[in-house]
Amino acid sequence: MTKLNTYRSGPDERGHFGIFGGRFVAETLMPLILEVEKAYREARADPAFEGEMRQQLKQYVGRPNPLYYAERLTEQLGGAKIYFKREELNHTGAHKINNCIGQILLARRMGKTRIIAETGAGQHGVATATVCALYNMPCVIYMGETDIARQQPNVFRMKLLGAEVRPVTSGSGTLKDAMNEALRDWVTNVADTFYIIGTAAGPHPYPAMVRDFQSVIGDEVRTQMQELEGRLPDSLVACVGGGSNAIGLFHPFLDDPSVQMVGVEAAGRGIEKGPLDHAASINGGRPGVLHGNRTYLLQDEDGQILEGHSISAGLDYPGIGPEHSWLHDVGRVEYAYATDQEALDAFQLCARTEGIIPALESAHGLAEVIKRAPKLPKDHLMVLCLSGRGDKDIFSVAKHLGVEL
Amino acid sequence: MSADILADGRIARRFAALKAEGRAGLVTFITAGDPDPAVSQAVLNGLPAAGADLIELGMPFTDPMADGPAIQASSLRALKAGMTVRKTLEMVRGFRKLDADTPIILMGYFNPIHAYGVEPFLAAAREAGVDGLIVVDLPPEEDEELCIPALKAGVSFVRLTTPTTDEARMPAVMRNTSGFVYYVSIAGITGTASASNTAIDAAVARLKRHTDLPVAVGFGIKTPDQAAEVARVADAAVVGSAIVTRLADGLDASGGVKPGTVEDVLGFVGELAKGVRAARG
Repeated sequence: MTKLNTYRSGPDERGHFGIFGGRFVAETLMPLILEVEKAYREARADPAFEGEMRQQLKQYVGRPNPLYYAERLTEQLGGAKIYFKREELNHTGAHKINNCIGQILLARRMGKTRIIAETGAGQHGVATATVCALYNMPCVIYMGETDIARQQPNVFRMKLLGAEVRPVTSGSGTLKDAMNEALRDWVTNVADTFYIIGTAAGPHPYPAMVRDFQSVIGDEVRTQMQELEGRLPDSLVACVGGGSNAIGLFHPFLDDPSVQMVGVEAAGRGIEKGPLDHAASINGGRPGVLHGNRTYLLQDEDGQILEGHSISAGLDYPGIGPEHSWLHDVGRVEYAYATDQEALDAFQLCARTEGIIPALESAHGLAEVIKRAPKLPKDHLMVLCLSGRGDKDIFSVAKHLGVEL
Repeated sequence: MSADILADGRIARRFAALKAEGRAGLVTFITAGDPDPAVSQAVLNGLPAAGADLIELGMPFTDPMADGPAIQASSLRALKAGMTVRKTLEMVRGFRKLDADTPIILMGYFNPIHAYGVEPFLAAAREAGVDGLIVVDLPPEEDEELCIPALKAGVSFVRLTTPTTDEARMPAVMRNTSGFVYYVSIAGITGTASASNTAIDAAVARLKRHTDLPVAVGFGIKTPDQAAEVARVADAAVVGSAIVTRLADGLDASGGVKPGTVEDVLGFVGELAKGVRAARG
């Protein structure tokens, strides 16, 4: 592991985390990207912006959500003391809303009048549609047709909230294709449109901006753990697709050397089966350039992007946020993986032992907790980011369990 | 004011010849390997005789974020037929055996080049007879990635400028561009809306204040008449989606090439060339 004085100073002024990140976008978008960066810098320096955001996170989202001691799960696993950061209790049922509140306030500040977003599992789409309803802004959500088929409840939610859901049929109709289509919309409507990217990826300043808006997760964990245990946690675990909940949990702790961190990628049907059967960009991919940044990608020899696979639509993306790629390369964060089956098992265990139905995404993180916790001492404090609730997943889980609803 | 760094190349020679003829050029785009390598090679080889003055050869990519449905579909057809960067360079090599003068500019996205390796790619491209590169997702902010290595390797890096490129940004955009400047006439993706003639006139005039390089105008030019309108004021008109669509129209339901398709595509290029050549007549 490369020892650095700080792991929290990135990105540099050009948006780089080591060799990762950057601004790989078409010229049409470049002036706008620079404008977003400038507006974001100014907003962060403005106490009024911070104040409005804090207010909305408290009154509307319901923060702070609890850091909950999962006692029955801890007993059952017989090792580390397990805490859940309850992001699934946020309004809209996932961590995605933290970022959407921040970005829509920025969009308003910039005088933009129309919002677009991409979504995979639908959680980011729902969160975006929600803040657009709240602030009375027209909203177009791009969603792959494959994802529309497997996430019907969220599609209907977005429509109820007044959003237009545009099905994306290009490619394999999943998250990356939705992101391509959102970028095409943005290029065409640069003057009035703000693109609320849902994960800590894309061109600079998005990876840093989304991380900052999600860091409320880790900031709260730090305070809450002090209150509950009088010290820092020993390890943090979070699932990683693009990696927004993970970076939000990890970032405030990066310079605390005693805190171990584990990001959990989706191994689908197994990493050994090859890149068409999983969505683990770090464990089964290599660096490349897509969607505005250099990062680990699932790609073939010729640099063509491969369609990953995961049971979880929210992790089914062939890339990962650039800061994660860097944290992997410098060795500060460990990146593990969980298969579809391991996630399904964890999903059911969580429901039965804790009375919490987790999102399939979060169940990947839980699968890693199940592997690690039994081997650790009872005074080891382990925090899992329970990034979302699993109501949206009951249909696909039922299908995998052979149950007809 | 920027001038051409590679003033002795095929691109500079071709634009000098066009200027001597007192007319604008026609730049045609096709996707390498669409719908299959053999037909694509036949179209490529036939383009100069049909009236193309410069050729943009698309390097297919799975995720062409700046392209509309026509070019997306052509990329997927090419990839399905097994097209790769190496095979694209082989196509250029094949073309160069028949034509030593018509400039070829490879157009695409960065990741396939990144995967090949920048230095090996530039060496192979130059050896194959490639004259320039247009890489959509490399703005001046990322010049160190490919633009500067390309110029060092003697390959032009043609920059895109757009309606959103403002005065403050223009010098940075022009700094390392060479060959010609490609003006994207609409804020949008390929093959969709068309800009008005007055907007194009004003944009070309603005670019001419910033560069001595030739200015080519593209995006949304679909007919010989539209190409002619652009050719009145620009140094070249670029047509892509319309040609690719013509090719797609010549495929049957199973993706097979109907008889006469290559001739039809080249015939359409001939009509475009006639429009461009008559524009200042």
